[in-house]
Amino acid sequence: MTGRRDTTGSAGSRLLGVSALVGVAVLLLFAFVLTDPDVRVHPTTGEEFGQFDAVRLLYLHVPMAVLTYAAYILCAAASVGYLVRRTPWWDVTAYAAAEVGTVFCGLVLVTGSIWGRPVWNTWWEWGDVRLMTTLVLFLLFLGYLALRRTTVDPRHQARRAAVVALVAVLDIPLVNRSVEWWENRTLHQQSTLAELKIQDLTLFTLMLGFVVFGLVGAWLLLHRFRVGWLEQAAAEHGVAMAIAERHAELDMPDVDAAVGDAGDGP
Amino acid sequence: MREVFADALLIAAKDLRIEARSRVLVNQVAPFALLVLVLFGFALDADQRTLRTFAPGLLWVAVLLASLLAVQRSTSLEHADGAHTGLRLSGMAPSSVFLGKAAAVFVQLAVLEVLLVVGIVVLYGSTVEDPLLLVVSGLAAGVSVAATGTLYGALASGLGVRETLLPILLLPVLAPVLIGATRAFDDALGAAAVDGWAWLGLLVVFGLVATVLGALAHGALIED
Repeated sequence: MTGRRDTTGSAGSRLLGVSALVGVAVLLLFAFVLTDPDVRVHPTTGEEFGQFDAVRLLYLHVPMAVLTYAAYILCAAASVGYLVRRTPWWDVTAYAAAEVGTVFCGLVLVTGSIWGRPVWNTWWEWGDVRLMTTLVLFLLFLGYLALRRTTVDPRHQARRAAVVALVAVLDIPLVNRSVEWWENRTLHQQSTLAELKIQDLTLFTLMLGFVVFGLVGAWLLLHRFRVGWLEQAAAEHGVAMAIAERHAELDMPDVDAAVGDAGDGP
Repeated sequence: MREVFADALLIAAKDLRIEARSRVLVNQVAPFALLVLVLFGFALDADQRTLRTFAPGLLWVAVLLASLLAVQRSTSLEHADGAHTGLRLSGMAPSSVFLGKAAAVFVQLAVLEVLLVVGIVVLYGSTVEDPLLLVVSGLAAGVSVAATGTLYGALASGLGVRETLLPILLLPVLAPVLIGATRAFDDALGAAAVDGWAWLGLLVVFGLVATVLGALAHGALIED
């Protein structure tokens, strides 16, 4: 195996990884230190109100939410690709995207909940459309990943997973609609960003968040794809090795050993 | 097209004949669904007013839990003795098989729903205020659950972990049906002031999408 790389890294992915890491550090500096907290003064009473320091969490929460949806859309697109083309490339892409999407979906729910505690005064709000939709999306893809971990013929699994991903993505508009009608009210900040005093720094930090999380997502996706690809290759290699071994046994000069003792002693 | 429906009828008749002879729904699934209603009564402290208010939601949770059993039963019929191989050799289109199996599950769910409505009237003291809405939304939600359940049943079939996998795959997908059917029943049973007919629209859309998607996807799932 000399000359073969034993990592999923390459020069390009290392560069991507380092930029993502530096980007996260810079983003944290901007989000938690350099930007101002959201403090507004009521025009008549003069009372201070706003999201205060909680607003800093939005610089992470919003880009992660966008990344989650992008990953799930990629998963659905790759699933369609698989059903049309039936090649492992699409299947591995769909799996990688679903896994990265689910990690970020979980983080979106957690950061949203932490943000909601001081701002909405509750960890969880049942009537909120986006909250409920994201939670159902998270649960749908937990099911998808559970299906992925079952042991069946890889081609069967790929087909089933592709159908589950498509149903999940088609289900989302219906979930969204139903929750919207359900309570017909939403706490969610339709316009958090519009309502904030959008200063240059706020806007810059948010845009930086999108770029940085884009890099992090791309880096994770690349490595997850490569691991998935190697897993697939290893499985195929294992089967090929087993077949070669059986052939080698048949070709052995010692026929007695191969077919058993024929009762012909020395 | 006509052949597709004729074949679907054959499959549905076959599944229902098996049910008529084995009585799994009557002897096991229906008592389970009623048991769930009784358990809700215990859990909510047997407060008739609370139970009446939440009766629509409790009824639909009971339907969803029972539907898991009905779908598992429907799938295992084909799994035993390699029956699915015979089904594939019959030359029927996969969409006919899907429609037939979904129709059989639907008929069983409809029977369960009738039983559960009687259950909440007797046990929780609910009153039916809009019978037409009750029947139509019950049917639309039944189609949605049966079609989605049959699709996911086929998806999980043949896996060693299908009993544990089916609920986590199926229940989140059915979230809109649970919300829609509960709200429609809220109106029909006079439990809350909502426009149940608007919710019926959501149920009909879900039912149509699930049936068409299931009929299309079933081929990809059962081919080998």
